[in-house]
Amino acid sequence: MEKQAVPAKGHKASQVLEDNVVLAMRGIDKTFPGTRALNNVDFTLREGEIHALMGENGAGKSTLIKVLTGVYPKDSGHIYVKGIQGEAHIHSPQEAQNIGISTVYQEINLCPNLTVAENMFIGRTKGARVQWSINEKKADKILRNLGIPAQANQELSRCSLAVQQMVAIARAVDMNCKVLILDEPTSSLDEKEVQMLFGLMRDLKSRGVGIIFVTHFLEQVYEVSDRITVLRNGELVGEYAVENLPQVELVARMMGKDLNDLADLEEIGQKKTAGETVVYEADKLSSTESKPFHFSIREGEVNGFTGLLGSGRSESVRAIFGADRVTGGSVKVKGKPVNITKPHDAMKAGIGYLPEDRKRDGIIADLSVRENIILALQVMKGFFHPMNQKETEKFADEYIKALKIKTASQDTPVGSLSGGNQQKVILARWLLTHPDYLILDEPTRGIDVGTKLEIQKLVLKLAAEENMSITFISSEIEEMLRTCSRLIVMRDRNIVGELTGDDLNQASVMKTIAGGGQ
Amino acid sequence: MLQKRNSRKADLSQLIIPLAALGILLLFNLIRGIVIGDLRFFSIGIGENIYGNTVLTGNLISIIDDASALAIIAMGMTLVTAACGGQDISVGAVGAISGAIFINVLAAFGLDKISVGTILVALLAATAVTIIFTLFNGTLVAVFKIQPMIATLILFSCGRSIAYMITGSATPQLNDPLINAIGKTIPGIPIPTPIFLVVIMGLLLTLIFKLTNLRLYTQTVGINQGAARLNGINPVIIKLLSFVILGICVSLAAMIQVCRLNQLAHKTLLDAIEMDAILAVAIGGNSLGGGKFRLSGTILGAYIILMLTNTLNDMNVSADSIKAYKAIVIIIIVIAGSPGIKNKISELWKKSRSRSSKAMAGR
Repeated sequence: MEKQAVPAKGHKASQVLEDNVVLAMRGIDKTFPGTRALNNVDFTLREGEIHALMGENGAGKSTLIKVLTGVYPKDSGHIYVKGIQGEAHIHSPQEAQNIGISTVYQEINLCPNLTVAENMFIGRTKGARVQWSINEKKADKILRNLGIPAQANQELSRCSLAVQQMVAIARAVDMNCKVLILDEPTSSLDEKEVQMLFGLMRDLKSRGVGIIFVTHFLEQVYEVSDRITVLRNGELVGEYAVENLPQVELVARMMGKDLNDLADLEEIGQKKTAGETVVYEADKLSSTESKPFHFSIREGEVNGFTGLLGSGRSESVRAIFGADRVTGGSVKVKGKPVNITKPHDAMKAGIGYLPEDRKRDGIIADLSVRENIILALQVMKGFFHPMNQKETEKFADEYIKALKIKTASQDTPVGSLSGGNQQKVILARWLLTHPDYLILDEPTRGIDVGTKLEIQKLVLKLAAEENMSITFISSEIEEMLRTCSRLIVMRDRNIVGELTGDDLNQASVMKTIAGGGQ
Repeated sequence: MLQKRNSRKADLSQLIIPLAALGILLLFNLIRGIVIGDLRFFSIGIGENIYGNTVLTGNLISIIDDASALAIIAMGMTLVTAACGGQDISVGAVGAISGAIFINVLAAFGLDKISVGTILVALLAATAVTIIFTLFNGTLVAVFKIQPMIATLILFSCGRSIAYMITGSATPQLNDPLINAIGKTIPGIPIPTPIFLVVIMGLLLTLIFKLTNLRLYTQTVGINQGAARLNGINPVIIKLLSFVILGICVSLAAMIQVCRLNQLAHKTLLDAIEMDAILAVAIGGNSLGGGKFRLSGTILGAYIILMLTNTLNDMNVSADSIKAYKAIVIIIIVIAGSPGIKNKISELWKKSRSRSSKAMAGR
């Protein structure tokens, strides 16, 4: 409403679409119940350019793309596309395709049991009779033209993932595409396949196609992109030519930190020096989701895994807890070899794990606060040893008081509590088991500032007073700097650095995340 | 103190719909009885049955008696529903298999030599076989993650053929006082035995809930499987366990039904009981999507279904059209129990409560 007074930047179609611009999005707003996903975002794509759209999870990348392709209606703003008189009104992916905006998603949306040609032309043939022989010839021509190593009459499932991805692109490109959106196209490809894909992208670029490239691999951005647009919290941070934005600056922009801002952080307590005993030690531990890694933690130590989203930090701690299927490596707890293949093993070994996704993996929404608090302890006591009502009420009472959980009663379903209080309930669940080693994956995500501070203080207190070893993961670097005495930095699923002592500052964390010593 | 009262209130709210439905049915019959001047619906008398035993007679007794097999199966169905978020539609067919084993084992001992011992052996054998069949369903559901309704469709379609293959077409008649004692009444005890069996099954499950974490684990798995695993619970085992318990329930219900009818009719034994059992679970206020459950609600649900059938019979609705009338009433009950409407009702309930408590405080 407040926007209509001045048409944000007073754009007219003629103004926006300079000679080489194929797509201009201006002042895009999109609100979902409870969150402002996009706030006055501008985006410009030029002919023959690879434009990386960057931002952390929740920054608004996918929302922007879904608005562009008509999956979501925009609340306000304007979209201009080359060749369209005035504003483009896009209400469905089909309409987007018709005006030359094609998307290739992370998961390949093709039919593996059909041939390459069928996949390229299916849904686009008019009339009932389809002359597949002609289509196959056409397909072969396109494939050869683009240098894609596939036969038109080959079954798609026989192609490698990269080639399937390229077929999807070929399908998109053949639809007279002016704007090609590639959403995380490289996430399931190996290095060689990535290079093949990049070759195709460069080729399309030289043919004048504008490519929007969404990825979380920083190196890849610098390898192929010409321009970078950074979003954060639904707002536009800026548009940069690649050569003007060093990798470390990009990381800073994505995280919303100023590299020069070294203002002292509010102290929340004294960090304690770690004890001597190694509580947990993993050697070449790997799971279905994580690459092999070494890791150990001492008694009373607080450490953290950091890295951009998708860098593998959550996957690593999930491997430690046995949450994903463990595929290799050996583990010692307090010097003794143990076999941890499922969460129950880890719990028996004295490890607790607060998962990253509270709603999906943490709370049992319909059960009461009390049942949620006692759950892990009850499981450890065993199926045939239920605690009596009085005992559970006492425990619940104790922790509701200790963690200041705001709830109407112990019997309130935990799903009706606020996010911060739900998080405290799960924290209580694990504290009640008195673990030697507690893993907290994003314990402060999506909760209010006061509760965030409470949780950080609690972490330091547990380490200092109860000698608990804690792994603390947070997207907010300050939180980790405040609480952790050692930071393990991850990039592209590998541990790329370990910071202690004087290196524990934002600048070196970001430098290590960005890599390349820039 | 406050918390205690809160918890009791929450427990009650889940039973509002079934209790209301039961109340309305009773009220309807009362009014109807007064209008037509015939209150036989509520009559309870003492009579003698054909075996010369003194028994309680009357409409309400026979409703509760008739609902026994349904109530027992519905209890097992409640657990499967809670753990798996789906239902086993093969219980009737598997019940026929169970009955066939029961009667075959008895026949193997000799139908003239039926004793408490042989009945126990037959029941145990039938239960073991039934559990194998329900575990087959359970494995498809828990291990292979097949939709419960699809997984159990297999035995739903072929179970009665298997029962036929076990007994053959010539099914023996059971004419033994012990069989009648199970299916009808024990001499000297005026209440039909199946009613006791429902109570025993209910108490047994309650005892299991007291002595183990079955309730907590089942609800946790039903609400959030992934989180259950991260808390050290094995969802596969919990789901399989629910199918084992269902197997025990089905086998007990099949025995009751065989003993009532003194024979096994593999085509009609426990016919269409699966739908009534699922209905009983739903009417009892349990979510068919899994999670929290109350056995008492389910048992009430079973009695409501039988009382409804009985009421319609009483009103001389023809047997052919009775299902249509039943459907109308059930639609109303199920819609009243649907989440949206239920929330509205419990809101109104809370409002009226707080109003009345305010009024009390005002005084």
